[in-house]
Amino acid sequence: MAEDHRSADEAPRVPWYNDPIWRGYVFQGLTLIVVAGIAWTIVHNTAVNLEKRHIAQGFGFLSTTAGFDLAQESISFPKDASYGRALLVGLVNTVIVAVAGIVFATIVGFLVGVGRLSHNFVISRLCTGYVELLRNIPLLLQIFFWYFAVLGVLPSPRDSIQPVPGWVFLNNRGLYLPEFRFGGFAGDGIFYGLIFGLVVSWFVRRWASKRQMETGQPFPAGWTSVALIVGLPLVLFAASGFDLTLVAPKKSVFNLSGGIQIIPELMALVLAISLYTASFIAEVVRAGILAVSHGQTEAARSLGLSHGQTLRLVVIPQAMRVIIPPLTNQYLNLTKNSSLAVAIAYPDLVSVGGIVLNQSGQAIEVIAIWMAIYLGTSVATAMIMNAYNRRMAIVER
Amino acid sequence: MTKTMIVATFGVALAASVAGASAGTLDDVKAKGFIQCGVSQGLAGFSQPDSAGNWAGLDVDFCRSIAAAIFNDTSKVKFTPLSAKERFTALQSGEIDVLSRNTTWTMSRDTKQGKFAGVMYYDGQGFMVRKSLGITSAKQLGGASVCTNTGTTTELNLADWFRTQKLDYKVVSFEKSEEVVKAYDAGRCDVLTTDASGLYAERLKLTKPDEHIVLPEIISKEPLGPMVRQGDDAWFNVVKWTYFALLSAEEAGVTKANVDEMKAKSENPDIKRLLGKDGSFGTDIGLTNDWAYQIVKLMGNYGELFEKNVGETSPLKISRGINALWSKGGLQYAPPIR
Ligand SMILES: N[C@@H](CCC(=O)N[C@@H](CS)C(=O)NCC(=O)O)C(=O)O
Repeated sequence: MAEDHRSADEAPRVPWYNDPIWRGYVFQGLTLIVVAGIAWTIVHNTAVNLEKRHIAQGFGFLSTTAGFDLAQESISFPKDASYGRALLVGLVNTVIVAVAGIVFATIVGFLVGVGRLSHNFVISRLCTGYVELLRNIPLLLQIFFWYFAVLGVLPSPRDSIQPVPGWVFLNNRGLYLPEFRFGGFAGDGIFYGLIFGLVVSWFVRRWASKRQMETGQPFPAGWTSVALIVGLPLVLFAASGFDLTLVAPKKSVFNLSGGIQIIPELMALVLAISLYTASFIAEVVRAGILAVSHGQTEAARSLGLSHGQTLRLVVIPQAMRVIIPPLTNQYLNLTKNSSLAVAIAYPDLVSVGGIVLNQSGQAIEVIAIWMAIYLGTSVATAMIMNAYNRRMAIVER
Repeated sequence: MTKTMIVATFGVALAASVAGASAGTLDDVKAKGFIQCGVSQGLAGFSQPDSAGNWAGLDVDFCRSIAAAIFNDTSKVKFTPLSAKERFTALQSGEIDVLSRNTTWTMSRDTKQGKFAGVMYYDGQGFMVRKSLGITSAKQLGGASVCTNTGTTTELNLADWFRTQKLDYKVVSFEKSEEVVKAYDAGRCDVLTTDASGLYAERLKLTKPDEHIVLPEIISKEPLGPMVRQGDDAWFNVVKWTYFALLSAEEAGVTKANVDEMKAKSENPDIKRLLGKDGSFGTDIGLTNDWAYQIVKLMGNYGELFEKNVGETSPLKISRGINALWSKGGLQYAPPIR
């Protein structure tokens, strides 16, 4: 950059009120005051008028007894649990849908996206059809479709389908699985073994890639990780003498009792939401792969890399750079779309919040909690994505 | 749904922040020329659009009665269908002027969410099951799956009742009644629970109504009535006395058919005050003096509305029971007009 040689006293003198910097401060200050004033008026007025209408304010109601039950209580929800606890159950239920949905949507989306590029005419057409169909039907309709399809197809509890007779039951009240009860130190052993395995694998990978950079010697880090992550918990489980009891669901008058129940609302919601999102992910994946120019593959092959290595080391890393930002967007959409749960009685955060809002009458507080949580998730994801982008962006030299 | 709720809530915040600018609801209603009435999304006998798209039912007729009292014209009402969950926000935000939607009068609702102006229908919560289960009492429902509506007293009573009976149950609660009925019909639940009147209405929507029975137990008190916003006495008076006028007319034997004759000839002082020939009761609450005459002339009395919408001659075939006048062994009772 060229340097500015003009010294301070040579600068043309302007009165301070014409100085752009001062003006900037003044107008920004004024704007701030006006905005703050408006915000204060709204908040104050609302408070005054709520008081006039005898609507209590504040978050004290969160500790009041809720008095209702929820269809899926993923964390304990005792008889005298509070509104706050109810919201927490809703949040956990939302996380369950989001995580399960993201996993399934990613798997299906990648398969379909790659499938669309297949040289096999039938496969590529099928995948195109999938994308076009699912992308263009409103999600709410798909949720209803799956919900009533699931309910319509499954038998009543009395004639449950039993994929594993005596242990696994499928009926219109849901999927019943045996409960795993670990005895002794088996449960803890598996848990800590898994964590330890994950941590050690991370270090092994770092060490392996460093060594490869320096010496060119590859190390089978992938297999080592698998061995660590699966092996460690297994060894500890074995050491506990395989201390595990399976509690099977039992038939009772109306339903099955015992075991773990996955309610049909959850099944339908995850099914609908992941198949829908998968159609968008498929397009993202396809675009990402097409974005890597064919020259890259040719160059890699002529350097002697195998087909697999070309994909793994050259094509996929470059495609991922294109895929990940829109993919995150899809994950965020999926999470937000999960609030359509309210239509089919799945007690997610929005649905439970709605009940709390209605039963307590604390509309503004509940909406504030909703906004804080959804905004928080979105902002956090955006921040992580930006950080990732900065790391992955092509460094220009 | 949720979006409406969010909009409505911002409405509450906004309406709350500009309130004071608006006059009372009665003046507003007169100025705009119609009443905005919140009703259910479709409950036979209480509020449901007929095949021509006209709203009909007991709760609907109540709103039309207010329109008769204010405008001498029962068509000056617009209806807003609301789910149980949306209703109070809609009322507080000013989206509707009166909520006439099988809403149970409870203490917290009456003190925090609005004001109840009367009880159009004394009800209680009941259970419906499939006949094929062979169940005869609600006490046999331990372990059952129960379908119901969110945001209702129903889901609260349900939890209380199973707790006090020390029975287990699984709740499946939907926002819309339509979904509750569909899910129950599809076999998602063993039991459908709501206000008894609602059970009879919902049963009509099942694919095979005859295969279901209502169990004898009534587990709660559900006085269903119209609700208005807090802090607006003039409007509260109009709504409350519309209800009392309907009852007083029935008690005095004034009907849609004989109201003109009664007005012309009756020497009964109660009837003269009711129909506006004596006193200034109508003008005192901001209406015309023949307000009650207009209600009965255009709509009928309480008993007539009951019979037409939910009574023995309607598809619901509900007997008056506790909804009879106090003088006939029921609970319906209006303070005197004087
Ligand atoms: N009376 C109860 C329940 C009212 C309620 O919403 N009942 C349902 C089932 S009968 C209903 O009215 N559904 C009609 C609709 O949602 O449009 C309350 O006030 O909380």
